[in-house]
Amino acid sequence: MEKMLAVKIWRGEEDGEFVTYQVPSRENQTVLDVVTEIQRQVDPTLAYRFSCRVGVCGSCAMTVNGKPRWTCRSHVKNVVKNNTIVLEPLRNMPRIKDLVVDMTEFFDKWKKAGGEFIGTRTRHERPALVDPASKARKQADAAIECINCAVCYAACDVVEWDKDYLGPAALNRAWSLVNDERHADPKGVLEKSMAAGGCNSCHTQGSCMKHCPVGLSPTGSIAGLKKRSLFEFLGGK
Amino acid sequence: MEMKLFLLQRLTAMIMVPFIFVHIGVIIYAVRGGLSAEEILGRTQGNGWWIAFYTLFVISASIHAPIGIRKVLREWAGLSYTTVNLLALALGVLFLVLGLRAVVAVGGLA
Amino acid sequence: MIRSVHKHKAYFAFLGHRISGLLLGIFLPIHFYVLGMALEQTDQFDRFLKFSELPGVKVAEWGLVLLLAIHLSFGLRILVIEFVQWPTPGSIRLNWISWGVVFSVIIGAVFLAGVFGS
Repeated sequence: MEKMLAVKIWRGEEDGEFVTYQVPSRENQTVLDVVTEIQRQVDPTLAYRFSCRVGVCGSCAMTVNGKPRWTCRSHVKNVVKNNTIVLEPLRNMPRIKDLVVDMTEFFDKWKKAGGEFIGTRTRHERPALVDPASKARKQADAAIECINCAVCYAACDVVEWDKDYLGPAALNRAWSLVNDERHADPKGVLEKSMAAGGCNSCHTQGSCMKHCPVGLSPTGSIAGLKKRSLFEFLGGK
Repeated sequence: MEMKLFLLQRLTAMIMVPFIFVHIGVIIYAVRGGLSAEEILGRTQGNGWWIAFYTLFVISASIHAPIGIRKVLREWAGLSYTTVNLLALALGVLFLVLGLRAVVAVGGLA
Repeated sequence: MIRSVHKHKAYFAFLGHRISGLLLGIFLPIHFYVLGMALEQTDQFDRFLKFSELPGVKVAEWGLVLLLAIHLSFGLRILVIEFVQWPTPGSIRLNWISWGVVFSVIIGAVFLAGVFGS
């Protein structure tokens, strides 16, 4: 009698219910393996997202036993509780179906925080020579690896409590552009991050950096924005 | 506006950090052997330093606390900006009035 | 509601700071009002001080001292996080949380010693 793993999955949209599936428990199993097995062998109507399955794209993010994680990088034995795995869609985003959420607002806020890079040179000029050891570049580099998986956004309570809050990913991106000497409008980005719903709404709960699968620190980036805004305020706009 | 409130709250916090240390020190010192009106007022009445200290303390607290409470009401009670702005203003006035009255009382200024 | 995404140190520091702030914010106007009694109602002030001799009130005062020390410690940590240069991007000064709790407990103990010792 092989050992089975119980998997409770949210089926439905905002209204719905948890359905429990049983899959064989294996020595080497990621949560993505489990969801895929259920969708392919047990219930083809299950909706979920994944892409690279090797931890570089961020598409497979969902709530696993209460925590937002990448399922491809979650070994079952590391997350299982009482031989059960509970899977829900990411928090703070509207549910489309089952484990799939609507990320429109997440990306809208990314733009609203001034995330779009605007270059100042054309192909006819030499590329910018940016010193990687400069303080600004180091600060930008510490934030630049974000792949917009929305795990931090799902982990953040302020996102849940304040509809205006731009969120950790958007502000982290803003910080990387504030420090990017090639960007055409760093002042504009800073102003956007200082508006209502910007860096001033962050309470340093630190859930974003605790759960970021890439090891980034939106908490640090937002603290940088707060510090920069004090200087802006004192130095005048 | 939000950024200004944020910075004002941080600024008053920075001002109050040393004040709190002094205040905790006074509490621990004063509570020995029991509290009495004579002891407390004997220390503070007519003393320019204490009056200035507590006045600045009251003003800072009257700005700092309502800004914090405003955020909590918005996040945990879901109240509108209009409502929390009014409540914060009202609380600020309440703290200021009661606080300055206490300074007058304790400073022996009446 | 405390979910598993909340079970980490920095979140409890946030919660401690917020709750202590709320409780202190409720206490403060009462504190100001009682002190103001020294104005016209001096005998009422005296009676209140006598009432505050009750051990139950002293325990409540101890609680307030703890709240104040916690709010100060966690608040100071926030000010440092927000306005002082970070040693590394991942540094969220978690050790300040433990130290803040230790400091508050010590202050509370010193207060109690002063109350019940002499």
